Amino acid sequence: MTDPTDLTDPAALRRREDPWSGLRRHTSARIALGRTGVSLSTARNLEFQMAHAQARTAVHTPLDLDALEADLGEPLLRVASRAPDRAAYLQRPDWGRRLDANSVARLEAVRPATAPDVALVLADGLSSLATQQSAPGFLRAFRPLLAEAGLSVAPLVVATQGRVAVGDEIAAILGAKLVVMMIGERPGLSAADSLGLYLTWAPKVGRTDADRNCISNIRPGGQSYEDAAYRAAWLTREAFKLQLSGVGLKDRTVTVDASAQVEG
Amino acid sequence: MYSHHVGAELFRFPDLRTLMARATPLRSGDQLAGLAAATDVERVAAQAALADLPLKTFLSEVVVPYDTDEVTRLIIDTHDSAAFAPVSHMTVGDFRDWLLSDAADSAALAALAPGLTPEMVAAVSKLCRTQDLILIASKCRVVTKFRNTLGLEKRLATRLQPNHPTDDLRGIAASTFDGLMYGSGDAVIGINPATDNLHATVELLHLLDEVIQEYAIPTQSCVLSHVTNTMAAIEEGAPVDLTFQSIAGTEAANTSFGITLDLLTEGHEATQSLKRGTVGQNCMYFETGQGSCLSADAHHGVDQQTLEARAYAVARKYQPLLVNTVVGFIGPEYLYDGRQIIRAGLEDHFCGKLLGVPMGCDICYTNHAEADQNDMDVLLTLLGAAGINYIMGIPGADDVMLSYQTTSFHDALYARRVLGLRPAPEFEEWLDRMGLMAADGAFTPASQPPAALSQRLSLLEAQ
Repeated sequence: MTDPTDLTDPAALRRREDPWSGLRRHTSARIALGRTGVSLSTARNLEFQMAHAQARTAVHTPLDLDALEADLGEPLLRVASRAPDRAAYLQRPDWGRRLDANSVARLEAVRPATAPDVALVLADGLSSLATQQSAPGFLRAFRPLLAEAGLSVAPLVVATQGRVAVGDEIAAILGAKLVVMMIGERPGLSAADSLGLYLTWAPKVGRTDADRNCISNIRPGGQSYEDAAYRAAWLTREAFKLQLSGVGLKDRTVTVDASAQVEG
Repeated sequence: MYSHHVGAELFRFPDLRTLMARATPLRSGDQLAGLAAATDVERVAAQAALADLPLKTFLSEVVVPYDTDEVTRLIIDTHDSAAFAPVSHMTVGDFRDWLLSDAADSAALAALAPGLTPEMVAAVSKLCRTQDLILIASKCRVVTKFRNTLGLEKRLATRLQPNHPTDDLRGIAASTFDGLMYGSGDAVIGINPATDNLHATVELLHLLDEVIQEYAIPTQSCVLSHVTNTMAAIEEGAPVDLTFQSIAGTEAANTSFGITLDLLTEGHEATQSLKRGTVGQNCMYFETGQGSCLSADAHHGVDQQTLEARAYAVARKYQPLLVNTVVGFIGPEYLYDGRQIIRAGLEDHFCGKLLGVPMGCDICYTNHAEADQNDMDVLLTLLGAAGINYIMGIPGADDVMLSYQTTSFHDALYARRVLGLRPAPEFEEWLDRMGLMAADGAFTPASQPPAALSQRLSLLEAQ
């Protein structure tokens, strides 16, 4: 084969890839891009620019709560963080970690008489698309495992303009022993729809990342709902056994499905 | 109490940490913390007051309390006053002038490093323009070794970062192959795992070790998991070259990461006991980034750039092979746009190098920041000129696991060509020998996989 940079036909250069492009079926990473000199071709460069423009759009699209409720097939307790809008949310993470006053009152009014074992909380985070798309599927896989473990579950809550820690405050008001927060991770170029899962034992305001266990990249083409639900249920059972979460709780699950999903 | 007159107006700064914060070039994280100067005039007034401050002040007045913060105790208790002697009479302003002078050559700066505290270098950085940050840092050499030699003059290494959203071994192998074809990977082949699952970590460590052994690549591997995970992997007999950990500049922030200095000492000792290095035994890899203390609500009213410099004091205790600031990863609430990210990247490199830390930089941004690849090109070029030890290498600059953009394999080759920067010598020799990239200074990758790699490639393609 000829050197990829030694081409007299511009159309051929546009089509040109590195000879190992067959490896792309193993990963969504931008491998075998080819080169002109040591740089990207115009076509590859424009692909990147377009992906970036689309990711920027994903950050700023609001969560559609009515559609989410319809997809879930169950009522959602709607609460909001102290960040009044997206611009404030992006610049004030401290506001995104706390509930506004109305939301506190709304949750206090529905606090179960018997303390629930687990609180399930959804939030938009930095990609409402992830929550919109993957929260229903994940919960369909996860809820039966919680039931199997004999754990009671608080009413499902959704927080808008929310960060991970807002789940702690929500769960504390509901009196839950453990919170599972499902939140949109910040969009990447190839995946603007990754859902992240954060488990926190004894949730309360002031918990830190060291107190949490995380499962990330839950999305079609990423970690499957079933895999994530299996891991989350395992961590939940261990958290109840050890009465803790975070760095003291090691995920010792072995992958359920050895043939992990890859991009087509 | 510190103060400075501007005409008839007197600007007062009640303590050292406030003076430092007000003197810091504007960034969103200090605004978020309520620490930034209210006006441009107040900022320059603070810089003027800071310029008059004797360097010795930093040994008697601390910004985070000694009694309650083990990072402060580390800084004060390990200060080398003999090394500090040559500059001990200077003010911060004098110190900047001296750093720019011809007297401050590589040997003088290396000898001085143990005598400097993070607060001293943070203070002087606040008085530096962009070109000062580049010129001074370019005189610092911090050389470290494991299976190759990093940080030599006119060398630029890369971390090959073959992340995959589900840690799929074939996907990681594919990105690793792509990177090696583009001459990437001399700093480390380092994977951010998708989960903190111990079994997955051990599997990934074995994969990387096999590749490195099979082709006798003069480099090292790392799975960037929590230090306790890596220690558990070591106990299971996994092939651990480097132990990774994210670190920060206060005890409280480190607590939020689930670490203490003692735990890092344990991790360091466990890793060193494996003796897997061939040309040296620097075996720790740390990542940092401005804003991490504030993010953990553990900033003590200190500006984020000063706290970042304190993280380097933590790093240097363990003679790491690699330290990098993940400068734009944390988001717009700490570094709002390309301009702030560029400034922060140069400051971090400058402060780390003056303290004797082998600085690299993850030149990066997220999709919710006001930045794009053009800003990264600028920072890459400036850090290349400043003599950065290493940068990241990712297929197409797009990390499909961590969802952010950093520098690509192509970007590293751009920097090599424009600035004449070569890979680590052992790795460059290996690239040449393998037929991946001739050591002729042109930095042109091979168009075809060399015979030695093509069999494994065929196998991988067929899987």
